[in-house]
Amino acid sequence: MRSQSAALPVKKDSDAISLIKRNAVPILFAVLCGLGILVADIDPLFLINEIITRLARNSFLVLALLIPVSAGLGLNFAIVIGAMAGQAAIIFVTHLKIKGLWGFTLAMLSSVPLAALMGYLAGLVMNRAKGREMITSMILGFFANGIYQLVFLFLVGTVIPMKNRAMMLPGGVGLRNTVDLYPMAKALDKLWRPDILGVRIPMGTLLLVAILCVGLHFLMRTRLGQQMRAVGQDLNIASVAGIDVDKTRIIAMIISTVLAAWGQLIFLQNISTLNTYNSHEQVGTFAIAALLVGGATARRASIWQALVGLLLFHTLFVVSPLAGQAIVGIPQIGEYFRVFVAYGVIGVALALHAWQGRA
Amino acid sequence: MNDKLNDWTARLGIPRLIIICFVLLLFAVGYMTGLPLGPLASASLVRVGMNGILVLAMVPTISAGVGLNFGLPVGILCGLVGALLSMQLQIQGFAGFWAAIAFSLPLAILAGWGYGLLLNKVKGQEMMVGTYVGFSSVACMCIFWLLAPFDNPELIWAIGGRGLRSTLTLDNHFGKVLNQLFVVSIGSLEIPLGLLGFFGMLCLVVHLFFRTKIGLAVKAAGSNPRFAEASGITPDSTRVVGVVISTVLGAVGIVVYAQSYGFIQLYMAPLMMSFPAVAAILIGGASLQKATMGHVLLGTVLFQTLLAIALPVTSRVIQGDISEVARLIISNGMILYALTRGERGEAA
Repeated sequence: MRSQSAALPVKKDSDAISLIKRNAVPILFAVLCGLGILVADIDPLFLINEIITRLARNSFLVLALLIPVSAGLGLNFAIVIGAMAGQAAIIFVTHLKIKGLWGFTLAMLSSVPLAALMGYLAGLVMNRAKGREMITSMILGFFANGIYQLVFLFLVGTVIPMKNRAMMLPGGVGLRNTVDLYPMAKALDKLWRPDILGVRIPMGTLLLVAILCVGLHFLMRTRLGQQMRAVGQDLNIASVAGIDVDKTRIIAMIISTVLAAWGQLIFLQNISTLNTYNSHEQVGTFAIAALLVGGATARRASIWQALVGLLLFHTLFVVSPLAGQAIVGIPQIGEYFRVFVAYGVIGVALALHAWQGRA
Repeated sequence: MNDKLNDWTARLGIPRLIIICFVLLLFAVGYMTGLPLGPLASASLVRVGMNGILVLAMVPTISAGVGLNFGLPVGILCGLVGALLSMQLQIQGFAGFWAAIAFSLPLAILAGWGYGLLLNKVKGQEMMVGTYVGFSSVACMCIFWLLAPFDNPELIWAIGGRGLRSTLTLDNHFGKVLNQLFVVSIGSLEIPLGLLGFFGMLCLVVHLFFRTKIGLAVKAAGSNPRFAEASGITPDSTRVVGVVISTVLGAVGIVVYAQSYGFIQLYMAPLMMSFPAVAAILIGGASLQKATMGHVLLGTVLFQTLLAIALPVTSRVIQGDISEVARLIISNGMILYALTRGERGEAA
């Protein structure tokens, strides 16, 4: 009798409770955000403006994570490599002095081959590290960062012929720490930016994000998308079913890396300055934390989770220093708190993922 | 002869050979450009003693079957709290050094125990979870450093009277006590025997521990959990033992590191500290499943020598500081190599 009752499904909760249970993470963060807003007494117009700007500039990077999750590669920390490819493209275009939307479009186009190549190489590495893709992708990001610094600090001006007073260090070797992207500043945001009740909405950027969401939605329903999901469910079964597992995984990495490159370009045109050596470093951490705050896991992530997560994470990002100031009088507390949240949420999600993965 | 050479290269592995050649090349370039080699070698020796214990901390977790301990900051933070307590109480010189270790030990045992229990729940993903446990505890402790009730004016910000400074000098406390103990000079080469001796002693202790009954059980459960279980060992508890020892070594390691450096760095400074240690033991020849004292010694000597001499040597040839970039590429490249070697033998 006992064994029989153990085999039965757990007592069924009522609909409302199960809804809360399934969305425990986003609800928790919504409550945190709400408390923070109340405590810090933030001007709603400021908050809405700030959040819309952040949504527009970060969503692409978070959406870039979805494909590898469904293909079973877990959270792709290697999107920093895509971000670096995007930065290389924008450096190239700034050097050529091509301005405005044309420059931005050219940067997007020229980042594709580089990002695709990087994604292909990353995919090869991931296929050699099955079962520990996430740690590998993280270390791969660090490694690529070393190569990136080698190229832009030492090879530019020596091996790679480049002369540009404004962008390079006085010695003629290596790029400056910051590159002014003024010619391309807000190229996409400015395209169509209506002002509704004091809120400036960068419609151009948001439209592009919407197109990407629709595109991802349909991609997952194509043959390729089905194959990716099959690979994500079980490598062996997919391979028995005649799917080229390794190839599918590489394609997933390529798509993710290219999207990340574009995401970084959108991010940079909004920020308007490139911190040559650290604009990309935190890209992976923050994008992944945002995705997880929305309730995604390393196995399942939807477009809605990405968008909700972005909203909550960035609200928390804006609110927490102000709340820290209001509660204890030390704004740094809030800053460290949000760093803690970013790392902590990833840690908890990974622990849950590993825990459930064994069951 | 040729067979012997082949056998030897196979045992060392290609990446290790490349790094050995690289170090030798740097020494050769340094010699040819007229750099005094004595001080370079002395600096390397100091760095070996300074970082060695943090590398040694990888051995217990690898032997226990937990893999590389990317959560080393957990131990490091305990060590920092111990050091701060010793400074707050104004204990000076060697007494301060021992006090720092004594204060940090209970904390490290407790933290390591909790961390070990958590890692038991996430078998197969210990490295990833460990990394983020380390990261988030560093961020969490940042808040602690701001709020902690330390009131020694040397430790806290001059303005505001609250929150620990980000860099604390150890000059009036236990700075360089080990470094200056028993220094032997041979020509221009200075050998810090006290520092190296302390490192060597801890290596010996860990080595001997793995000869004891508990140590052998930890090792057996690490290499084959099912077999160990059949012979009456509980792998879950031996894994915790490994993690606790590693965390304790992390705490002792940072105290030694800090006294050698002369400063304590708080806030985000410990964030990435596990990576050089991981890279060093892998450079020494360890894998995700096997690590020996030989790997620790060879790895620390190679990696730290490389870091110590890269900057002065390359600055003679190339403009700018390439050593930081070289460190990034070599250490992460080495970790990548270990992760992609396609070894089987996951714990479960």
